[in-house]
Amino acid sequence: MVIDTRKLQSEEDLEPMIEVCDKIHNIPKFENKNHEIKWLWAEEFKHEFPMQEPDFLNDRLKHMSFLTLCNHCEKAPCVRVCPTKATFKREDGIVLMDFHRCIGCRFCMAACPYGSRSFNFRDPRPFIKETNPDFPTRTKGVVEKCNFCAERLAVGKMPACVEASNGALTFGDLDDSESEVRKVLRSNYTIRRKPALGTGPSVFYIV
Amino acid sequence: MPNNKKMYDKGKVVAGLCIFVVLITFPFWFNLGKAAPAPEPKLSDKAKAAKECVMPKATMKTEHMQILNEWRDTVVRDAKRIYTNPSGKKFNMSLSNTCLDCHVEKAEFCDKCHNYASVTPYCWECHIDPKEAK
Repeated sequence: MVIDTRKLQSEEDLEPMIEVCDKIHNIPKFENKNHEIKWLWAEEFKHEFPMQEPDFLNDRLKHMSFLTLCNHCEKAPCVRVCPTKATFKREDGIVLMDFHRCIGCRFCMAACPYGSRSFNFRDPRPFIKETNPDFPTRTKGVVEKCNFCAERLAVGKMPACVEASNGALTFGDLDDSESEVRKVLRSNYTIRRKPALGTGPSVFYIV
Repeated sequence: MPNNKKMYDKGKVVAGLCIFVVLITFPFWFNLGKAAPAPEPKLSDKAKAAKECVMPKATMKTEHMQILNEWRDTVVRDAKRIYTNPSGKKFNMSLSNTCLDCHVEKAEFCDKCHNYASVTPYCWECHIDPKEAK
């Protein structure tokens, strides 16, 4: 996925994407920050790209909100540490979770350098505003994260955030040199989150 | 040598034993002949009209749990969501959206037998009964 941050200037621009994601995936809203469930959220530059922050970062980037989600890493540390293989890498590269298998050990949360994973400390059901009957909720004691809308891809649709982004987000097959994402990557300079860790994140940011 | 075959407090011990046996077997003879009849899951009109489920009725009765396990693995792991049954009919492998689409009344269909057999499948902790969601 490529995120064109030039087209997403303020937090209001991110809002519709985050909203649609929360809605279709039955993501609960907790008052307590420690219980927060995050699939898609906003983060500022210094948290999004630590170690990549230049001394005199321009004002636009300094105060901007960046769209943040699971990076679906090439060498995903969460997949490596999962003791039950509940988190696994699909053949197409998507890092997916099998909630049936998750025992809630939270090794993956410790392993993920991007904070992309959230744990259900409480039963999420009472905290879901509107339940979408087409997608399951989660239960207390499992970890969850962005699934790149695997359920939508299965029926030939784009991920919900891409659809709601008005062209700011490009999604596709990174291994296919003719795909739309690769074309965007060819013609733009992009950065990734914490590339030095060697996880090979699949989400690119045009800054 | 004293006769050590003598039982002390014979009357109390035997009476106590009798009371103990009666109490411990109480649930058995109290409920004798009162076994709850096996429940008959009620088919919804839509299920009746469809005549056949994914598999024949007998197979569904004994093996729906294995089928559901297989479905969840193929959907989650292999990203294959369409199931073709032996007679060539295609189904979207989804508990909430395929099974419950026909078997609308979860309480009358699933829960009736599960309660009787005292099994509590944890499907519903995550999967939504579309009727309850409304």
